[in-house]
Amino acid sequence: MNTCLDIAKLSAVLPNGQRVLRSVSLTVQPGEVRALVGESGAGKTMIGKAVLGVLPSSVRIVEGDMRLEGEDLGKLDPKARRTLIGARTALIPQDPLTALNPSRRIGPQMTDRLVRILGWSGEKADKRVRQLLDEVQIRDPERVLRCYPHELSGGMRQRVLIAGAFVAEPRLIVADEPTTALDVTVQKQILRLIAQLQREHGTAILFVTHDLGVVAKISQKVSVLYAGKVVEEADTAALFSAPQHPYTRALMAATPRYTDPFASLKPVDEAVLAGLAAEIASADKAWRRPHG
Amino acid sequence: MDEGRVSRHRAGAKLWLAGGWLLLALLAAILAPLVAPQDPLAQDLMLERLPPFWIDGAEPGYWLGTDSLGRDLLSRLIFGGRIAFIVAFAAASTACLVGSALGLVAGYFGGWADRVISRIVDVWMAFPPVLFAILLVAVLGTGLSSVVLAIAIIDWTRFCRVIRAEAMGQSRMDYVENARIAGYGRVGIMLREVLPNVVPSIVALLSLEMGIAIIVEAILSFVNLSISTDDPTWGGIIAEGRLSIHQAWWVLVFPLVTLILTVLSFSQFGEALKTRFDPVLW
Ligand SMILES: Nc1ncnc2c1ncn2[C@@H]1O[C@H](COP(=O)(O)OP(=O)(O)O)[C@@H](O)[C@H]1O
Ligand SMILES: [Mg+2]
Repeated sequence: MNTCLDIAKLSAVLPNGQRVLRSVSLTVQPGEVRALVGESGAGKTMIGKAVLGVLPSSVRIVEGDMRLEGEDLGKLDPKARRTLIGARTALIPQDPLTALNPSRRIGPQMTDRLVRILGWSGEKADKRVRQLLDEVQIRDPERVLRCYPHELSGGMRQRVLIAGAFVAEPRLIVADEPTTALDVTVQKQILRLIAQLQREHGTAILFVTHDLGVVAKISQKVSVLYAGKVVEEADTAALFSAPQHPYTRALMAATPRYTDPFASLKPVDEAVLAGLAAEIASADKAWRRPHG
Repeated sequence: MDEGRVSRHRAGAKLWLAGGWLLLALLAAILAPLVAPQDPLAQDLMLERLPPFWIDGAEPGYWLGTDSLGRDLLSRLIFGGRIAFIVAFAAASTACLVGSALGLVAGYFGGWADRVISRIVDVWMAFPPVLFAILLVAVLGTGLSSVVLAIAIIDWTRFCRVIRAEAMGQSRMDYVENARIAGYGRVGIMLREVLPNVVPSIVALLSLEMGIAIIVEAILSFVNLSISTDDPTWGGIIAEGRLSIHQAWWVLVFPLVTLILTVLSFSQFGEALKTRFDPVLW
């Protein structure tokens, strides 16, 4: 079977030449959850956007390639790429408020895509949307379908978005910190829901998070990202039992424990960061940007 | 939530007050030949400078008095409303169409389209508007269509600036990115996803612009640069009233009050509509 997502040596730069992604390689196998963990600003969102073809115009990919189920995204023309990405991927976003169009009702917002982009009949789309709302445990689909986004709670909106992500049976879902904007009590439910749907539908997920606790709960594989560079890559169980890279260990040491809430205030060990910064600086010096 | 309800309530009151006045004025203008008590052009030297109805010396049938040529002021205001509303609707919708379309494109697409459009707007707005209007009418000639055209040519930038900013804000929202991932085309996203979110602002601006168009038309009439001098216009009546302010204050005051009420109503009506139809504010 084809690797679901295969990113090889992906580098991206800002207009000032600064690298935001540094030869990132990672794979997601079909039906697998790959966690992408790192601190804020590490470039996790950038990787997700690169895969989905929605990088900001200021960010330019300068080397590497991405394959979606074997198809080289860089070799497709823009229209074919959009069609492929639209049919095989979906996003569960970080902020469930701005990810829904405030001036459109939930129902048409969900069915519209199935009908217009994927060419389903209205009836089939409607039935499918209801089924998915049921799967994300929305009890009163009639009401929800008629609501505007602002009439729903954050948790409900995220359920709607999860339903929307799974509705067209994508092969890959990028989940970008899908629980970060939610209340702590809701976070667990949403996480459980994503895990459950992932299992039932067998969808591969690239799961972006800054929270190692979440990594442990949801993923089979994990990549640790620092300053746009994958510093460690392992099976999740192996990572937790025997972290190899000093940064991974420092990150674990800084992760909050429920028994000691103040531990969450600990920053990542500075000596480790200084070492990494030096490592990256020398790598940048050695790296020569392709095409000058 | 509570705050939302209060503002919605106030918006409701405003909507009815302003809308009521506008509806009254509009109906009177449309039905002018039926509802105007007198012929607005009929002069009668026996009836000159009659005061309004509550002052001694008033004549029945001349509710707001007459001007120095003995013409009925109320009838002139009602007929003047016709030109005011025609100019308001025609000029404001032309300005709105052009300005909103360009603003939407600039704000959503950004890049060079935005740079070109924004530069044009900057240059345009460097002209003082009233002077610009007078200049344009001088070039285009007087008459209804050139007044409408002049106002639209000057004021499309109001729409363009505001709608550009709003469309730009909306295009940074995640739902636009989501639509992109789902496979929608750029133009489709602009029209289906972004446009509905800027419609409340367009409506508010449109209403405000109608008021502004009425003022500009009045100013042009006032300096005798507008429509033909026979038909009564609010600006024209104000200009005449100014000349006889000491003998007949009402010829100046009533058209001014009518003008101000109408212009205010347009702006309040627009704001209230926006509050009312912005789903997020509720
Ligand atoms: N639109 C943008 N243009 C240029 N740089 C950006 C943009 N968005 C984010 N960045 C930069 O790219 C880096 C990675 O950001 P991001 O992928 O959002 O990090 P993460 O999701 O891991 O918190 C950061 O240094 C950030 O400052
Ligand atoms: Mg992020």
